This record gives sequence, C-alpha cells and structure tokens, in this order.
Amino acid sequence: MTNSSLSKEQEAIMTHTFVAYVEDMPGVLTRVASLFRRLNINIHSLTVGRSERPGLSRLTLVCEASAEAGHRIRASLFKLENVVDVDDIAQAPSVTRELALIKVAATPQNRSQIFELVEVFRARIVDLAPESLMIEMTGVESKIEGLIQVLNEGEERILEICRSGKMTMRRGHHTSRVLRAMGAGAEDKSEAAEPAENLEAGAAVEPE
Amino acid sequence: MGSKAKPQASEAHLTTPTRLTGAEIVWATLVGEGVTDVFGYPGGAILPVYDALRKFPIHHTLVRHEQGAAHMADGYARASGKVGVAIATSGPGATNLITGIATAMLDSIPIVCITGNVSSKILGTDAFQEVDITGITLPVTKHNFLVNRVEDIAPAIRHAFQIARSGRPGPVLVDITKDAQQASAIFDFAAAEPRPYRPHPMLKVEASGLAHAAELIRNAKRPVILAGHGIMESGAMEQVRTLAERAQIPVALTLLGLGGFPASHPLNLGMMGMHGEAWVNHAIQEADLLIACGMRFDDRVTGSTSTYALKAKKIHIEVDPSEINKNIKVDVALVGDLRAVLEDLLPLVPGRDGSAWLKTIDASKGAVAVRDIKNLPDSGHLYAAHVVHDLWRITGGNAIVVTDVGQHQMWEAQYFHHEKPRTLITSGGLGTMGFALPAAIGAKFACPDKEVWVIAGDGGFQMTAAELSTIVQEGIKINIAIINNGYLGMVRQWQEFFYERNYEATPLVSPDFVKLADAHGISGRAVHTRAEVAEVVAEARSHNGSFLINFMVEKEDAVYPMIPAGNALHEMIRRPGKSPIVETPDDK
Repeated sequence: MTNSSLSKEQEAIMTHTFVAYVEDMPGVLTRVASLFRRLNINIHSLTVGRSERPGLSRLTLVCEASAEAGHRIRASLFKLENVVDVDDIAQAPSVTRELALIKVAATPQNRSQIFELVEVFRARIVDLAPESLMIEMTGVESKIEGLIQVLNEGEERILEICRSGKMTMRRGHHTSRVLRAMGAGAEDKSEAAEPAENLEAGAAVEPE
Repeated sequence: MGSKAKPQASEAHLTTPTRLTGAEIVWATLVGEGVTDVFGYPGGAILPVYDALRKFPIHHTLVRHEQGAAHMADGYARASGKVGVAIATSGPGATNLITGIATAMLDSIPIVCITGNVSSKILGTDAFQEVDITGITLPVTKHNFLVNRVEDIAPAIRHAFQIARSGRPGPVLVDITKDAQQASAIFDFAAAEPRPYRPHPMLKVEASGLAHAAELIRNAKRPVILAGHGIMESGAMEQVRTLAERAQIPVALTLLGLGGFPASHPLNLGMMGMHGEAWVNHAIQEADLLIACGMRFDDRVTGSTSTYALKAKKIHIEVDPSEINKNIKVDVALVGDLRAVLEDLLPLVPGRDGSAWLKTIDASKGAVAVRDIKNLPDSGHLYAAHVVHDLWRITGGNAIVVTDVGQHQMWEAQYFHHEKPRTLITSGGLGTMGFALPAAIGAKFACPDKEVWVIAGDGGFQMTAAELSTIVQEGIKINIAIINNGYLGMVRQWQEFFYERNYEATPLVSPDFVKLADAHGISGRAVHTRAEVAEVVAEARSHNGSFLINFMVEKEDAVYPMIPAGNALHEMIRRPGKSPIVETPDDK
C-alpha cells in the first residue's frame, strides 16, 4: 500500500452511529460486540434498552471507522441471526442524548454554589446527603462534559460519575416502523439530501 | 444396519406429536430434516443422544478425531449439496471440531454440528469437560444455539438447518445440555418449523443496475467473467455458461469455482490468481470489464488490490451484501442469488462478437504452454504434476477428487481438469491441512457410487491419517494418492523464493505410508517413476477396497507460475526457461 492511499484512508475515519433492533435474548450483545472486536474497532458508547416492539431491544452503538466500513459493518450486523433492523445514522439529522449521574462531595456550607451550577446547566439534584449530593443531567455529550469540567475546576470534589452512553433517534418520520417497511433501511444518499423534510419538526438546531 | 429397530416406527413421530426424550428428539428432528448419515464421536455429555441412536434410521460413522467429523460433514455437504452433520461431546470433543467448523465457514459450506454439554445446573462452573463452545465458535459459525430446555431442541435444530443452507451457506452449532437430552417433551416436528427465512435486507437487484450491467457488457471490448464457488451454491452453471456463450466472454475460475464451468469449454481460461496461468491473470489485468459471479475477490485471486484490474469496470453479482466493495470497489453491484440475478440479466444481454479479444488472449498463451511440464518429454523422473495429470487421464476426469492443502492442491487445480461441479473438494479459504482424508470419507458417503480420490501431501496426510481406521471400519473404498516429496512443499517453496532457501522446519520424516496402510488393513504401493503410474493407478481403481499409493516425487519442485503475496497480479514468477523443474542435488 502506498503512503498516499494510507493517509487517504486515515482521513476518511468518521464517527458512525448504528441504531439496531435486536432480539431480547441471551448472547445477542456478545454477537454484536464480537463483530467490532474482530475489526479491532473500539466501541465508544453502547446503550441498550427495550423498544416499542415487543421482544426487541433497541441499541445505539457509536464507533469510529472509515466511511466505507459503515456499509460493511451494517451489512455484517444484518447477517447476525438475532439482529432485525440496522440503521447507520452517520451524519443524518438526529437527536442524541446522554444521561449522567454525578455524585459530588458537598457539605451544607458549600451546597448553594453547586445548586447554582445545576440551575445554569438545567440539571437536577436527585439525592442529598450530609456529605454529598447527586446531580442528574441529560443532554448532548458536550453539555455533560461542560458540567464535569466546571465541577472539576471549582472547589467541588467529584466522587463518582455514571454515564449512560449515547441514545440516538433520527429526526422526522424515520421511525423504526418506516425503516422496516423500507426494508433496506435509510442509508441512501437521497435521504441525506432531504434537509427540508427534516426541518418540519421545527428543530433543525439542536437545543443546548 | 441390521441392528436397527423398524424405521417406520420412528418416522411416525414426524406426523404425530409424541412424547420423546430430548435425545430422541435430536434424532427424530434430524430424520425429519432428511439426514441419513452423521459423523461423530461419543462422550459423557452426549451419551443420552448416542443411546437413542439405535431407534432411528440414521447411519453414524465413528471418527478417530472430532476434527475429522467436521471435515466429513463438510465433504458430505460439498459432494451432495445437502447439509452435513457432525456430532461431538462437550469440552475437548467440541473444541476439536473448531478447525473443521472454521474450514466450512471460510468456504460457505452448510454443516450442522451438534455438541453435548454438561447439565444446565452446573453450566458455567468449570465442570468436568465443560467448555463455552457457543462462545468459542461464535466467530466461526453463521449462528449457534445453547439449548438447555428439552422443548427448545427441535426448534433449534430445525432453525440451524435453515440458517446453514440459506443465503450464503455456512456452519451452525447446536450445543445441548445433558439434562435437556434426558428430559422429555412432546415432539411436534411441524410445530418446530422455524420462522420463515428472512433474506438479508440489503439484497438489492434494481432494474437500473441490470440495465447498467447489460450496457457495460454490450460496450465491453475485453470482458472477463470471474466465476467462483457461488456458481455451485446457487446452481447457476447453466446461466453462467449461457452468459459466456452468448456474449462470447472468456471465463476465469477461482479455486472453489473449478468444475462450475467445464474445463474443456473453449471459453474456459482456467484458474485465476496466485497460481493461475499467466494468460489468465494477464487477461484480467488487461480487461475492460470484469463480471464477478459468486466470488469475493479474495487476496489469493487479486494479488495487490491497488494494482488489480485498473482498466476494468466491475460488475459484482454476489449474495452476501457485506462482500460488496470489501476488497475491490465495483461499479455495479447486483446483490442477490447468482442464478436469479443472471436469469434477470440474460434477456438484456445480446449476442456479441468477442473473437478479437479471445484471439489476443490465445496469442498470449504462446511460449508459456510449451514450458508446461505436460508438454515435456518423459525424463523418467516422477513429478507431482505428472501424477495429477495422469490421474486425470486415467480416471477420465470422472472421479471426485478431494485434496489437502499445499503444492499438490495447486497442481491438482492446474492439471486435473474438472468438467462438472462438485468434483473437486478442497479447503480454499482456510487452507486446512489434514482436510483431504476425512472430507473424502464424507464425500464417499454422499456419493457411494462415485470413484473418490484423495490427493494429499506427506505433511497434511499425517495430520489426520488416523481416519484410515474409519475407512476400514466403515468398509468404504477410497483411493489415496500421497504426493510425497519429503518436505512441507509449499512452505519450502516460499523459503526457496523469499527466505534464501533457508529450509527451516520443512524437511519432513514420514512413516512408510504403504506399511502404515498395511497396518490398517489397506493395500498400497509405492511409485518411483512415471512408467509405473498408469499400472498402479489401474490396480488401485480395480482393487476391492481402499488403496494407497505413495508417489515418491521430485523433492524440490515448485508450483509455477506464482504471484508472490502482495504483488500485482501480472508480476508473477514464471516457469524457469531452461529447465521447467528445479532439480534435486542428486540429479546434478
């Protein structure tokens, strides 16, 4: 392989967000994870939970891979017997959220400072103990990172952080049912080129 | 077998729901799926299943190592097109299957492996002979099942058969705990039918794609069809032939595609890739259109991908969407069953005059063919290529040949000309040494009336030679040709070309194979000169029982031409000009 083709490949690395519907049964997560392990691709984030379809779980998996790899990973995911639907959201308009629980050391004396921070970040206090409190926050990754950074910079001491990983849903009418009806999913370029349609929800800009 | 109970009684289970043990359900389900032969090895965790075998009309072949069972199931599947079945116990029995399972996975062969496991109560406790076989085999199976409830046995096995044979075929493993085998449940074959087969959602053959493909074919000046194993798996022999003949397009085959298009056909170029003839690879490099039919642009057929067929537009007809643009970027992807796609494509393809291109290819054969060993006078010396070529002439090409892996495998591909599908059985993707003998046993069970030849090297044969006993116990006739050069020949060849002839760990001491055969009760003879070949092969064929021939061939012969791994397809090491063969020191 020449140097130029190597660097070209490196340039093409991008973030892929796969949303998959999988059968809710033992071993399915291993099968999905094993596919990425084999390609030596690190899974940055993985969330799994029940979906609107009985017996099926919905997972959101975020990883970095070359642009071309997205197609093949999606095709390989579909080859897994327990995988029912796969969507590679890639750069398509979508809403992504993460939940974080942050436990901070706080005494009655310095609590008020944290309360203010929580207010600014539109987070919530969900537990209050004599020497600590727990903050619950949902939002995009950068917003959560921002709160953590401010907490770290202040006098507060973070005791524990628990983050859910990303959950992603396409904007507009691209529900799983539509995906299923379309059969092939929504990888087609034609869809990415329909911003107007995605604006109809009135949320072209992700609210912070 | 005489000891079997009335088979009719067991087949009643198929129509009337009946209470059976899990072990009986295993066999009843296999019978329902049409299985007549299985290959296996008993052990503690699968004993209930073995205990129930006598009640069912299935023949069990006892192997000498579970790897052999998996290869036999594989050989059975390759020869028959049906699903092969292997059975093993838990722990080491199950892990011994793995090389065979991976072999089937890489070559897309439908087999179902059934393993016993410890009782569900002690699953995961490191119990005696317990191993996480569904975990271990996950990457080398299409799917696997861990069954610990008797009610789930029949649905799991039926689903396993569906998965193994559908889409791009492959191996499936069903691991059944001992308590599930011992419990009982109502067996209802019909109710255990799996959900309808779900084709891969990314299969896509659009009218525009077909039209585009047809247009490319119409406008091509130098087209080549690349045909692979998919021809056999989809049964598209006729369609590929029609396409080639109508549009006068030459056909190059992958190793696993050999037999999918008749070797004697004027449009057949032969095998492509690392050990393909020069004119085949040159034709591919010069082509302006490649029509890839059921093949996956494996690194052994492309050489360096950055220099592969740069002048050619590419049409890829393939059933597995994850193969599209994997190794080689293509211009038109027709993702679907090869036969079905070709049936849709053919009406759009008009007749075409391809004579100029065919003449160009023919002219490029020129001097190469003259240097081919089969065109040289007999020096009295025995070369592997001679042996293979003579075997082809003497058997009329009608035998099923099962090869091992290495030099002899490539010589087989070059000098045994296959006219019909499923007459060459060989491990292509995984390249599994030790494959030939057990796979040949499987092939013989699939086609008892066919002449079956093993061609193996002295190295690979020793990996699974214990299966000679299986041949004798089963009383089957298999002819075995050992190409004995005293080296791990293909590795030695790489050392010769790329490691300055440092023959580290490749010289190989072997037993006297004729005596080894004799110890098993199998007749055999050694052959040292070409003059003896015909007579001994004739003796082997007419002998009543299996026969082993130890062909003592030239020691340091090499397979030509050869594309060093990673080189461009046209950068090949050609047959040496002066002498086609590297002589041994003894000859100098």
